[in-house]
Formats: sequence, C-alpha cells, structure tokens
Amino acid sequence: MNEPVDVLIIGGGASGAAVAWSLADTRMRILCLEQGGWPNSAQYPSTGRDWESRQVEDYAISPNRRASAADYPINDNNSPIKIANFNGVGGGTVLYAGHFPRMHPSDFRVRTLDGVADDWPIDYATLEPFYAANDRMMGVASLAGDPAYPAKDSVMPPLPLGSTGELMGKAMNELGWHWWPSDSAITSRDYEGRAPCINLGHCGHGCAQGAKASTDITYWQEALRNRVELRTGCRVSRIETNDDRMATGAWYFDRDGQEVFQPAEIVVMACNGIGTPRILLNSASERFPDGLANSSGQVGCNLMFHPYALVRGRFDKPLDGYRGSRVFMWSMEFYETDPARGYKRGYCYQFTRGFGPVMTSVSGMADGLIPWGEGHHDAFRKLFDHQAGMVSICEDLPEEINRVTLDPVLKDGNGIAAPKITYRVGENTQKMLDHSVARGTEILLKAGASDIVTRSPLSYAGWHLLGTAKMGKDPKTSVVNEWGRAHDVKNLFIVDGSVFVTSGGVNPTSTIQAIALYVADQIKARLHDLFD
Amino acid sequence: MTFSIETPMTEPQPISPSDQLTLAEVDCLRCIAGHMIPASARHGVPGADDPGIIADMVRSLDRDRAELQRVLRMIDEFAGGRLSALAPAEQRDLLARHRKDGAATLAVIEAVVSRAYYRDDRVLKSIGMEPRPPFPAGYPVEQIDLTLLDPVRQRGSIVREA
Repeated sequence: MNEPVDVLIIGGGASGAAVAWSLADTRMRILCLEQGGWPNSAQYPSTGRDWESRQVEDYAISPNRRASAADYPINDNNSPIKIANFNGVGGGTVLYAGHFPRMHPSDFRVRTLDGVADDWPIDYATLEPFYAANDRMMGVASLAGDPAYPAKDSVMPPLPLGSTGELMGKAMNELGWHWWPSDSAITSRDYEGRAPCINLGHCGHGCAQGAKASTDITYWQEALRNRVELRTGCRVSRIETNDDRMATGAWYFDRDGQEVFQPAEIVVMACNGIGTPRILLNSASERFPDGLANSSGQVGCNLMFHPYALVRGRFDKPLDGYRGSRVFMWSMEFYETDPARGYKRGYCYQFTRGFGPVMTSVSGMADGLIPWGEGHHDAFRKLFDHQAGMVSICEDLPEEINRVTLDPVLKDGNGIAAPKITYRVGENTQKMLDHSVARGTEILLKAGASDIVTRSPLSYAGWHLLGTAKMGKDPKTSVVNEWGRAHDVKNLFIVDGSVFVTSGGVNPTSTIQAIALYVADQIKARLHDLFD
Repeated sequence: MTFSIETPMTEPQPISPSDQLTLAEVDCLRCIAGHMIPASARHGVPGADDPGIIADMVRSLDRDRAELQRVLRMIDEFAGGRLSALAPAEQRDLLARHRKDGAATLAVIEAVVSRAYYRDDRVLKSIGMEPRPPFPAGYPVEQIDLTLLDPVRQRGSIVREA
C-alpha cells in the first residue's frame, strides 16, 4: 500500500490540473493519478512532413482509433456522435482547438427563463472571478468589449483574423448579425514563458510551439513547483469506501499492471463526463450497490455532447487555408431563445479556415467536389486554399436516456469494464442543428461562396462530455451539491464536465476549469468542517 | 507522357509482401491509385501510382491496413480475380460502378492515397506549398482592421437578462 495523501486527484487534464494548482495553497499532500504520460511537444505532428497523416493516426481524436496504451476503449456504436478525447497529462486540452468562450449568464437559468431542464445551483456571477483567474492562468487572447457578454478583461490581444475573418466579418455586417474575435486559449504574444502563436494550424493535434494552453504547460508547471505530485501511467479502477460511507482512496493499475491501493483523505474526480461515471459505476459495492454516489440513479445519465453542424463553402479568391489557428472568430447571434425559431435555447458559430492538402482531397472526394481521374487536379486546385465556413455548437438538453453505462463485454487493457454510450440527438437539438445549417448557408452565400457542403450532426465531434454527475441541491435528483461534493460521500468531489446541469451552447473547457477552481476554493474555505 | 521530375520525398524502395500488403494487394492499390489521381503533364505532377508514392503509401498504412486489405480483396473479387488484369477502360468502368454503388467502402482508399500523394515534394510544390513541416517556421496570417467590428459595437449589448 502506498503512503496516504491528503488529496487524491484522479485525472490530470483540464480540471485536474486546475484543482491541483489551486489546492496547492493549502500545503496539503496532493497526489494526482493520470493514466497517460507526459506529452512530448517535439514529437507533435506539426514537427514532421507526415503531419496530416498523424492527425488520424497516433494523434487521432478517437480513442478507439488511436488505441494507445493510455487509452481505454469506448463502445459508442449506439451513438451517432463518436467520442473524442485524449488521455495523458493535459487531457483533452492537448488536442482541443483552444476555443475558449465562457457560458452566458442565461445558461445558468434555463428553467426560469425557458422552462427547460433545470437551473444551475450557481450562477455566472459566482463563476466570474474563476473565469477571470483561469483566463490568466491559461493565457487567453481576446478582444474586450464583446456585446454578447458581460464586461470582461482581455489578457492579451486577439489572434489574427486573416483573410477568412475579414471575408466573414463583412458578410456578418451585411446581415446585421453579431460576430467577434474568439476568446482563444492561444498566446498572441510572449506570455509566462510561452512563445506566441506562429499559425501552425495544428491546434487540434498538439501545439509544438507551446502557444496553445494545454494544462501540461500551464497549470501543471505551477502545481509541480508547489510540490503537487503527478504520477503518470496509473489507471484508476475504483474508489474504495469504509463503513462510515467515506472514500478511503482508490485502486489503480500501475505501469507494470499491478493493482495498487492509494489511501487518501479526500478524493477528487477529474476524469471527464465519461471517465468519471465509469469509475463511479465500477466502484459499486455492498454499501453502494448501484455505483458510488449514485443514490439518485443519476450517475451516467443526462450525457450531453454539443452536437455540431458544419457548413463550408468555396470562394473564388484564395483565403488562409491551412495556415492559422483553428479558432479566430465566433458569432453569438443565435445563442438565446427566440420562440419564432421553434426550439428552445441556441448555439454559437465557430468560424473555420480551410484544410491542408490531404484533408482537402479526402473531404473533396467525399463531398463529390473532387472527381477521380483527369478532373482531379483542376477540381483540387479550385478548392485548396479557397474554402472556409463554420461549425455550430448546439446546446444539448439533458435527457436521462442519453447515458454512460458499463459495457458488459468490452474491457480495457487492465480488464476494467469499458464505458458504453447510449445517445440520440433530441428533437429540440435537431431543430437547432437544422436552423444553424440554414443560417450558416445564408452567411456563406452572402460572403460569395459556392459549392456549399453541410454535415449535421458531425459524427466525429463528441468532444464535450457533460452532465453525467450533475450538480444540484436535491440529493434525489443530483449527484454533487452546489460546491461539487458528492451528496452520498462527504469526502468525494467531482470537478469535471460531469457536473454540468445543462450544456450551454459553447465549448465548455473555460467553464469546466472555472468550476474546478470554484470547487477548490470551496474546499479551502470549508476545510474546518468539510465533511459535515 | 512527361512531367517535371524532381527528387521525391522518399526514394522508391522495393515492395515485398512483408511490407504490410501482399503483392496482389499492392497491385490492386496501385491500379486504383492511378485511376483516382492520374499523372498530369499540364500540372507537372506524377500520378498517385508513381513508384515513390506507392512505396510511401504501403509503408504508412498504420491503422487502416486491415480495412484497406478487406476492400482491395473485395475489388479484386469484383473484377473476377485481379483488377490489374483487366484492360484500363474496363478497370475504370468497374471502379466507377463500384463508386456509384458503394462509395463509402472506397473512403479508406481515398484516404490512404491522399495521405501519401499530398505529401510528395513534387505535388506540394505544384500546389504552391513549401515541402516542409509546419513547425518551426510557421505561417504568416495577418490581423485585420478591427474597425470592421464597429457595426457590432454600435448595435450594443445583446446579453440576455438572467
């Protein structure tokens, strides 16, 4: 058995890193167990000639395709949206695009405002200082003054919008619709030892420049200096409890495949909206027969993804193409509920540049825009560096039937039951997707596009894993309380996207980390009676 | 047919059955690649059936090997034994029919061929790309005149009261 620690954090990604950094103030002995290893930026795809190939090989977004030693399989056959993640120090932030919008104030009041789902037990004002602290820690490039948000400070200037942003901005102005440079977790200037973005265009597969804020190069560097221990290659299988219904630590498999027990006074789950319910369900025992912290029956339920729709068109003049960050501009025009649209809630647009040559060829053939044979070369040259568009990020409402369970057959390399996803796109979300495709097409036509292609929902876009251990005041209907502590286990906390009550219509990492910092702050403020 | 020959990214290497595919499968893949992306004298580029590109393709199948083998065998069966044994016009017609009936099954071949073809030096230069990794040089992208946002600013706040 290992030496006991005060705080055991499970997962070294976006939220685990943030909570580790914040709790380091307390001088408690803090240990994080991470199933993957440290990323090596010198080996990221953009460092080699085979960069586009490796984006679908060892840096593929699907853990089932990547299938590295750090990955666990996920049965997502029963979902039109396939899971994307990364297992290693930094977690999903290693592969995310760095699009960093906050949720909007209305997102926390959806029952009150729109009669759907539930209100959150916390509000935007509660999270605002943690959003701001997180922006500074991650190094967010933005332009102050976005009329779609309450006032917020800018840490550094926004990333360049390029010819694509100019084209789209003009079209949006003609339509009279909102647009703004995106808040991006990518440095636009030297910042805290990180070099500025050089427009590699590789944000989604590891940033060799170190400009994109993955937590291996942000929070973890600070946390390690503050004596937090991060143990890699350690896959947690289950949480152990005692007769007092308290967590006593976690069992994990080390690099040699040996199962080891790690005792702890406090356990913090930071494994994302699939990994966390997987471990909780796998921790079923005589004391907790339906899984740990699951007296409500809500663990694993209410899985929300943010279904994406894609709209892309061809333009006569050359644009930025594969150059530049994947995130640079958003629109919140259709974010809030408008009864005339026939659905509740809304979505944001994240504008996109073009592809590299391989993806131009592959998608062009798939879309019927590039033929086989003699016509291939001319058609390719018409598309390459001439495409742009957007994706819509649609708010997914919670539904109990969309869930994570344990697969009865599939197991990972350590014999731990794999997660099984059951998900379907809800009627409200489908209407929202359809609306976003129609408006997106309108934008591209206004900008002068032809050969417009659409995909809805995007299949390989299950990035945002939310809602499977929801936050709430009522133990009968939620898994954790309003400050992240499990209702059933008073020394168990959850800080990842599992606790989202609703999804909002924006990329969630900024909010996930703000919640992690908020929960850490609550733990620090309540240390004297934390388990009461 | 002639086109400008420059040094390929990788010198062609002999292909053997131990290189992930059987000789028959390589034969079928080469045949399909040539029909998918033929050489172009006008653009000064080789076809995807160029020996150097095929060698690179076969060496780097990685996670697609099993699916690719399944599809190649299916196409050979569809051709009555060996696609490459048919006359070029028959090959083209057969592949066109197959694409029409089951385009999705050919997606893996399109991906494998594109990944090798569009990293060949000759091809990259012809489409205006420097044959180099993105890092460490990066690329220029210009900031625009942000007064383009003035109409958005003038519209005022759109934050919903909550």
